[in-house]
Amino acid sequence: MSEITRAVPVARPKPIQAVPLRHPWRNLLAFALIFLLLAFIIDAAQREAYDWPAFALYLFDVRVIQAAGVTLALTFLAMIGAVVVGIVLAVMRETDNPVLRAIAWGVIWFFRGTPVYVQLVFWGLLSSIYQTINLGLPFMEPWLVLETADVIPLFWIAVLGLALNEAAYMAEIVRAGLLSIDPGQTEAASALGMGWWLTMRKVVIPQAMRVIIPPTGNEVISMLKTTSLVTAVPFSWDLYTRTRDISAATLNPIPLLLVASVWYLFFTSIMMIGQSRLERHFSRGQLGHGATPKRRRRQESAERGPVVLASPEAVAAPSAAGTLPGAGMRADAGMPEGEAR
Amino acid sequence: MSDIKVSAQEVHKSFGDTHVLKGIDLEVRRGEVSCLLGPSGSGKSTFLRCINHLESIDSGRIEVDGTLIGYREHGERLHELKPAEAAAQRENIGMVFQRFNLFPHMTALENITCAPVFVKRAQRSEARQRALELLDRVGLADKADAYPRELSGGQQQRVAIARALAMTPDLMLFDEPTSALDPELVGEVLDVMKSLAESGMTMIVVTHEMGFAREVADTVTFMDGGVVVEHGTPDEVLVRPQHGRTKAFLSKVL
Repeated sequence: MSEITRAVPVARPKPIQAVPLRHPWRNLLAFALIFLLLAFIIDAAQREAYDWPAFALYLFDVRVIQAAGVTLALTFLAMIGAVVVGIVLAVMRETDNPVLRAIAWGVIWFFRGTPVYVQLVFWGLLSSIYQTINLGLPFMEPWLVLETADVIPLFWIAVLGLALNEAAYMAEIVRAGLLSIDPGQTEAASALGMGWWLTMRKVVIPQAMRVIIPPTGNEVISMLKTTSLVTAVPFSWDLYTRTRDISAATLNPIPLLLVASVWYLFFTSIMMIGQSRLERHFSRGQLGHGATPKRRRRQESAERGPVVLASPEAVAAPSAAGTLPGAGMRADAGMPEGEAR
Repeated sequence: MSDIKVSAQEVHKSFGDTHVLKGIDLEVRRGEVSCLLGPSGSGKSTFLRCINHLESIDSGRIEVDGTLIGYREHGERLHELKPAEAAAQRENIGMVFQRFNLFPHMTALENITCAPVFVKRAQRSEARQRALELLDRVGLADKADAYPRELSGGQQQRVAIARALAMTPDLMLFDEPTSALDPELVGEVLDVMKSLAESGMTMIVVTHEMGFAREVADTVTFMDGGVVVEHGTPDEVLVRPQHGRTKAFLSKVL
């Protein structure tokens, strides 16, 4: 190209003295919002109903800190349970056995289809539905009879209820992750003599994590907030229920709601940082490893060339998918492989 | 030890109602380079994938070094091997895929050391040393720390060959190793395969590269419609084909 342009001697045009486009309405809106925000803060600081002295008093109250710990414990134990059960359900849904597949589908259908609050009430009533737990063989005198209410504390009922509900969502997330892996990956691992478990551990899971982690991070944050429903069990030592109980005694609910909110926000903020760290770790070997979203976008568009549809709406629309260079490539790639089988 | 490395007898395979392999017989001697040619859908890739039991077979038998692949004999019946046993059989059979199938989350070096370290329990330092030698052998000594997506197709395929060689196989299967490559990158992969053939490796190569078949192969097998149509030296099959279907195919690709 440079050869051709050099052949015709043209004076290089002067650079444009561009005046950037101004956005007067946008700026005005920004100022108006700043004004409103300041007004709200100044007003809130003086308003008695917020009762800031009480807020300060209860923010680091021992009972509140303990309750915050209980909420964290509920969140993580329930998530661990949900991930384990979710992986089992996801693998069951991908097996060849129709019974296992149907059962997994049914479990997911039930736990996604009913409200978590209702489920928690149900689990709370477990000890009145099944009053005793009998250990033994069917049709024989049980060796051991336990009172359900005695053996399963309410804390674990809450964990169980939250975990099973969440497992249904985790199953779908894990399944999406597993399905995102090219079958050629497991084939290559098999051809190298790697067994199923080794293939999962070294090849499939590290790649699936890239797909699994972002939604799972959202689920953890969502779980933290869902723990406030365990009052349905009824379990009353979590952050929200505990602050509500305190305020029931002091007849001053608003500062304690603020206390609870600050603690929830504190935890979710930490989780968001942790999530972005994890995402970076599992993006190994991917485009723009460790780059900021903005840099990554720039890098991507530089690679795809200028033909790419720029707006995210266009990219997301299914009708536009065929025009994306990536989609076209995949369709081509599928053909020669399928041909010989 | 017998001279026969791979022997297939009356191999049949169906996918649902499609009868893909209709009784394949093939023998490959030790150190031989055997090219499988044929039109799309002739079953050559499927047959290749049966040799390391990536696909099960419906009848017939495939033996490598006299050992039945994928099954165990109990009197009259064959029992399919457990996944772990089938995996163990594949340790000495290297395979190279059309789409490379490198592990994208590992560097070139990690791709190569992965199987020796985790399957053969090799020392990490030894595996690394050997991987660097292999990378040097395929001409990519400077790419050890590159991720697959940072490599060209030809480079990726050469890493994939090095990865397969890291398990010190004595049989290499190539499933259209150059079909997904840009034309100008085909040569570098064929060169690596050629030097591998010269080192005495037994190779079975499904390919559309007639030049490679003529120059490097010891035997050429032409398949069509799930059967072996013609088998012989490159000269016999490619230069003086006896069968009409072979002639028709060659007239289109040459």
